[in-house]
Amino acid sequence: MIKRMFSFFLLAAALLGTTGPAWSGRAVSPGIIETLAGEDSDAKIEAINRLVRDMPDQALPVLTAMADDSLSIADGRLVIMDGDTATDAVSGETLDPAPDNPEAITVNNRVRSKIAECLSALNLFSKDRDARMTSAADLSENPAPESLSIIEKALSAEKDSEITVKLHVARNKILLAASDPTLRIKAARALADNPTPSTRQLLAGLLLKNGDDFMEPDPDVQAAAAESLRSIDRQLAVGDTLGQIFTGLSLGSLLLLTAMGLAITYGVMGVINMAHGEFLMIGAYAAFAVQSVFRSRFPEYQDAYLLAALPAGFLAAALTGMILERTVIRFLYGRPLETLLATWGLSLILIQAVRTLFGAQNVEVANPAWMSGGVAVLPNLILPWNRIVIIGFSIAVLAAMWAILNLTRLGLFVRAVTQNRAMSGCVGVLTGRVDTLAFGLGAGIAGIGGVALSQVSNVGPDMGQNYIIDSFMVVVLGGVGQLAGAVWAALGLGVVSKFLEGWAGAVIAKILVLVFVIVFIQKRPQGMFALKGRTVESGS
Amino acid sequence: MTHTESLLAAEEAEVADTQASAPPSHIHGQTIRAATGIYAGLVFVLIPLAHLAVPESHGLHASDYLVTLLGKILCYAAVAVALDLVWGYTGILSLGHGVFFALGGYAFGMYLMRGIGLDGSYHSHLPDFMVFLDWKELPWYWLGTGHILWAVFLVVAVPGLLALVFGYFAFRSRIKGVYFSIITQAMTVAFMLLFFRNETGFGGNNGFTDFKRILGCSITAPGTRIVLFALSGALLLGTLYLARRLTASKFGRILTAIRDAESRLMFIGYNPLYYKLFIWTLSAVICAVAGALYVPQVGIINPGEMSPSNSIEMVVWVAVGGRGTLIGPVVGAFLVNLAKSWFTVSFPEYWLFFLGAVFVIVTLLLPHGVVGLFKKIKTLTKGGAS
Repeated sequence: MIKRMFSFFLLAAALLGTTGPAWSGRAVSPGIIETLAGEDSDAKIEAINRLVRDMPDQALPVLTAMADDSLSIADGRLVIMDGDTATDAVSGETLDPAPDNPEAITVNNRVRSKIAECLSALNLFSKDRDARMTSAADLSENPAPESLSIIEKALSAEKDSEITVKLHVARNKILLAASDPTLRIKAARALADNPTPSTRQLLAGLLLKNGDDFMEPDPDVQAAAAESLRSIDRQLAVGDTLGQIFTGLSLGSLLLLTAMGLAITYGVMGVINMAHGEFLMIGAYAAFAVQSVFRSRFPEYQDAYLLAALPAGFLAAALTGMILERTVIRFLYGRPLETLLATWGLSLILIQAVRTLFGAQNVEVANPAWMSGGVAVLPNLILPWNRIVIIGFSIAVLAAMWAILNLTRLGLFVRAVTQNRAMSGCVGVLTGRVDTLAFGLGAGIAGIGGVALSQVSNVGPDMGQNYIIDSFMVVVLGGVGQLAGAVWAALGLGVVSKFLEGWAGAVIAKILVLVFVIVFIQKRPQGMFALKGRTVESGS
Repeated sequence: MTHTESLLAAEEAEVADTQASAPPSHIHGQTIRAATGIYAGLVFVLIPLAHLAVPESHGLHASDYLVTLLGKILCYAAVAVALDLVWGYTGILSLGHGVFFALGGYAFGMYLMRGIGLDGSYHSHLPDFMVFLDWKELPWYWLGTGHILWAVFLVVAVPGLLALVFGYFAFRSRIKGVYFSIITQAMTVAFMLLFFRNETGFGGNNGFTDFKRILGCSITAPGTRIVLFALSGALLLGTLYLARRLTASKFGRILTAIRDAESRLMFIGYNPLYYKLFIWTLSAVICAVAGALYVPQVGIINPGEMSPSNSIEMVVWVAVGGRGTLIGPVVGAFLVNLAKSWFTVSFPEYWLFFLGAVFVIVTLLLPHGVVGLFKKIKTLTKGGAS
């Protein structure tokens, strides 16, 4: 491996010396054309190297055509065939009439990967900054030793600092295999500034043993590599930890969206709503329905469907919730255990109804284009947009919830009924209506939680069941009747379970969290943030 | 949680309600003796005869399917009575009895797996799934499971111990009501996840199946089937007897008092912890024994048995029949499960609608279940006659 890389290096260094400034305007030499048309892959690759080295301007269209399998040879010229029209690959003129008997150039996989590599490297000279950036990023991840000359040429011309950094990384990675140990040491030291998994792997590879000898013979280079490796490991660990905290927070904010509604309904009505997860599901299916409408009616605004899905999800879930409250749950107040059973029954009915309407398979809800991709904060820490949006969104919902509970008349009534139902009734609060509205509010928030959930996980009839137990844990942990407990419990559970997952696997993590909750409520049976005052038995 | 007055008022109302419609404690001994006689005749004589002695072509032959189905429901009925002891009498709603049932089943399943011997697909001394995982020897907790007595001991001891420890911590910190229900459900999920893992050593998501023999008898032989069936019948009878003795005693009165007004009971000077703990553990053990009898009859046990929906379905048997009575859970288990076998064959897509509707209708309209409905009709017709 080292030997091969090394010979490429020599070759590339030799090539570097021979390049001249005046490439453009020259025709492709007949020798290259002949070799390209031939059968020998090694010779073809050599010809491609020469093409790239000697005339990069012409190489780009020729190689692009070759990669598309549209390059042919006719009358001793390279011709791009597109259906019946033929274009001269070098000058770009349309040939009329089209040549009679074009001979297609065959490209096997080895040659094809070589072409892809060269095309990527050629993009380093593109006028488009993004193309240069992509190319440099590719090279810094997978630098081919023979690209060294191109990289150095690009480095001398490149002005953009970000691209230069990437190119230096690529250059240093290649130089790790240089023959001169001082170059290798320099490269190994410089790579410490590029803490990515691929760099780590490369450096660690140097310290592996091949039989009795290290892959890297020089002890000084070994020391430099080991030191860089330690520094990279430290930086990577920071990225990993931050990544876990971030996914934990995003899980926590999903739990929060679910648990907020539960906390309200339990706080106000003393009702444990086992169908709460199904409101999530209804919200997610509302998002699916809105998406379908946008696809068929307003394809040009497709990316905006999510904005319409939020109110749709809220309304669908809130309406379902209020209907259920009026027809079933209202008759069960004061009998929490029965409510638990009845709402479980309702959840079965809702699940089966959705199965009948939409089918038992998961449906596909796509991320809008602006939510795909992510922000690279550290080389090994990329925060996906959809999760960032969800965290921001749940903060917004939390703020709205706080405002409703603390600034509106409805919120005042809800708090009053939570604290003392009989007394609120006496002073004229229509407790029945407050119940319905509060239940609708809780269900609606679960509904928009479902819209959010549809962006990060599968949408299927029994999706709600996966979240319901976790959100109950949030309510148990946080205490009921107020938001602060739910917030801390949701975020805490999210982060803790993601950390445990990284350490012990998903199943054990879940079990440990459940055990933790059970142990926790030994100490604080009323949750973290119990309402102060006389504790009251919560029924049955 | 703080709307004390309304809750207490509702509680009072319910107390009054249950007292009013509580079964008269002096059901005639004669009726009970007659019912027991009919039951014993059916389970121990008629059905075994119809299965073993009547030729298959004959119209009165009890088919394999029927005997297995009834045997299964007898186990379920015992579970329902056990659940009724904690929910109907003591007011503790458990959503985790499926775990005790399945643990009993797994414990006995270990014996049945060892009984396969060299007849498995890999002809190894180890159960097939262990060969598949490339395990070389049995994990320590499988030691001794080849002996039926040790397996039976495990059936009782493991779920019993779990219930004892779990119950002790839960009841000691006075977790009750919906909190307790949710915690038991969380426990159920934890166990289900645990048993779904291959590394746990209980066959992962396939569980145990393909059993060959018990005590050297083929598991598919009609004789074995009838013995298991009769044992299930005996378990139900024994559970009912025990439950009647318990609920009629002073101990039973205290359980009812815990259900109706735990604080008042504490003010009088009782500590509810040990009463709750005893009935909770007893209930779990009965469930486990039922699970152990269930597994050889249906021939499979897998983590699906531990899913939260199974546990909550058990609760609905009790609710449908009528909680706080002894015959109610039995009636409920039979009604719901017969309906289930009929629905899942005839209209599988409507079963969940039906089950969901049962949950809603029973809690809304029939708080005392079918048995309560009958009593109401009886008093109404009596009232109309006089």
